[in-house]
Amino acid sequence: MSEKPENAPEHCPGTESEDAGKSSACQGCPNQNICSSAKPKGPDPDLAVIQERLSSVKHKILVLSGKGGVGKSTVTSMLARGLALDDNLQVGILDVDICGPSIPRVMGLEGEQVHQSGSGWSPVYVEDNLGVMSAGFLLSSPDDAIIWRGPKKNGLIKQFLRDVDWEDTNYLVIDTPPGTSDEHLSVVQYLQNAVIDGAVIVTTPQEVSLMDVRKEINFCKKVKLPIIGVIENMSGFICPSCKNESQIFPPTTGGAEKMAEDMKVPFLGKLPLDPRIGKCCDEGTSFFEEFPDSPAVTSYQQIIKGIRRYCNEDDHMDTS
Amino acid sequence: MDLDNNLKSVKHKIVILSGKGGVGKSTVATQIALSLKQQGLKVGVLDVDLCGPSIPRMLNVEDKDIHQSSQGWVPVYPDPSQTLAVMSIAFLLNKKDDPVVWRGPKKNAMIKQFLSDVVWGDLDYLIIDTPPGTSDEHITVVEGLQGYNPDGVVLVTTPQAVAVGDVRRELTFCRKTKLPVLGVVENMSGFVCPHCAECSNVFSKGGGEALAREFNIPFLGCVPLDPQLSECLENGQSFVEAFSSSPSAQILNKIAETLHQRTAMNGSIS
Repeated sequence: MSEKPENAPEHCPGTESEDAGKSSACQGCPNQNICSSAKPKGPDPDLAVIQERLSSVKHKILVLSGKGGVGKSTVTSMLARGLALDDNLQVGILDVDICGPSIPRVMGLEGEQVHQSGSGWSPVYVEDNLGVMSAGFLLSSPDDAIIWRGPKKNGLIKQFLRDVDWEDTNYLVIDTPPGTSDEHLSVVQYLQNAVIDGAVIVTTPQEVSLMDVRKEINFCKKVKLPIIGVIENMSGFICPSCKNESQIFPPTTGGAEKMAEDMKVPFLGKLPLDPRIGKCCDEGTSFFEEFPDSPAVTSYQQIIKGIRRYCNEDDHMDTS
Repeated sequence: MDLDNNLKSVKHKIVILSGKGGVGKSTVATQIALSLKQQGLKVGVLDVDLCGPSIPRMLNVEDKDIHQSSQGWVPVYPDPSQTLAVMSIAFLLNKKDDPVVWRGPKKNAMIKQFLSDVVWGDLDYLIIDTPPGTSDEHITVVEGLQGYNPDGVVLVTTPQAVAVGDVRRELTFCRKTKLPVLGVVENMSGFVCPHCAECSNVFSKGGGEALAREFNIPFLGCVPLDPQLSECLENGQSFVEAFSSSPSAQILNKIAETLHQRTAMNGSIS
């Protein structure tokens, strides 16, 4: 991508070009000295550091949406907790939602702070095999706001990827804010040398959500990020009194399953709207432990199986 | 083009914020706008959510284009009365599924253009819908409104603690940027089962009201979940008009009326 400053001549090669400051068109340009004396742009050295740091993390999964409030953080925490039920797995959650970090509350870690060790930043551990890192741990009060423009957010994300010591981790689940902007570009860019297994895309059934999610899917395709699959969350509400189902968020255009089919991406499953899930998120407790017989638990377990299968974990799959 | 004039002719400017995604900012923005329009006022809706612009679909103007005039961009009018004007990046996209993959600086430039280049005309109210967060879009909107006397902010939340947690941060943003808070709306507050009329607190209850009390801000009301509201938003139909007797529509109309009364006292900008 070449940037042409406003005062540049007509055939300016662009400030990022190798010919910057050196081409015949540069003669007489007020920026010529700056461009010609700039050091040649090499690859960002931090990319190699990040690659090295994350080489001990076997599988990296991004949880994306495009639409806000569909349950990315909920799904991230449930996937991570569900994976961590297998004692053989070491699981991590990285929360790169810098302005709205929900993960500390959802994981029952509000008020925790980040600790530095000789080997870097230590995640905060919920269980022995489940560690968490979030911008929320950098805030001293729940009212503190991170009011940062893009470049500063990118800096923190890079630091998270470079400096957090995950040790040997089987699954790192990365929670993101909604959208297709700085945070998403940065994560993909900084992880370009480390392998991301893929993205899990979360949506709710209605078209107002699907509209944004189609954009997110196209973003993934644009940056060549593999898509593990789409999850339809808040898919039907069962009244606790009469047990009839209501579609609070009606799938007026066919819901996520049809959208996934149209966009030729896998569909991982549906999750029902169970008020007890929200309550566990508010209280920071594990829905798997509190309500193991809920239909939502079965749905999550199926989805986790699908993800593990995608990540080629066949030797650890149980046959039930 | 006189950059000053375009916002100068707008009497009242209200920003809809949350901090949390998916709580109903766009829903509340559109229904307040429609309610004010029904009261005979001239209203504009500016959608500064560049990555996920929901407003055009909700107002049934999804496939429209915008046109340039000598004074700037002409907003989209859903109907010939031209009492509702809409601007969104969605109108500038070639294909509606194209993602807007922009970093902060490019988003800021677009938002500045939206604030200065849209020919709103003589509006009573401009409702500005925002994406979740406290970042580029929000900082740029506040900076862009400086000197134009914005009336303030409506904070939207859902009842549960996870949402309220983000809204507390948004309140800090308002305090730091000296934006008056007109009130808090607690959306998706309860669901009445259409089969048996039992009310379930699907997303908990009371968090928004408690937040308003804690920070001594006006509480504008609880809007219950209503699948008919979701359907109207999907189809670009005015819920406050089509289902005016429903509890959700009644409270949304009341919220619009309250905001109108409170801000009318502010008068026009000098």
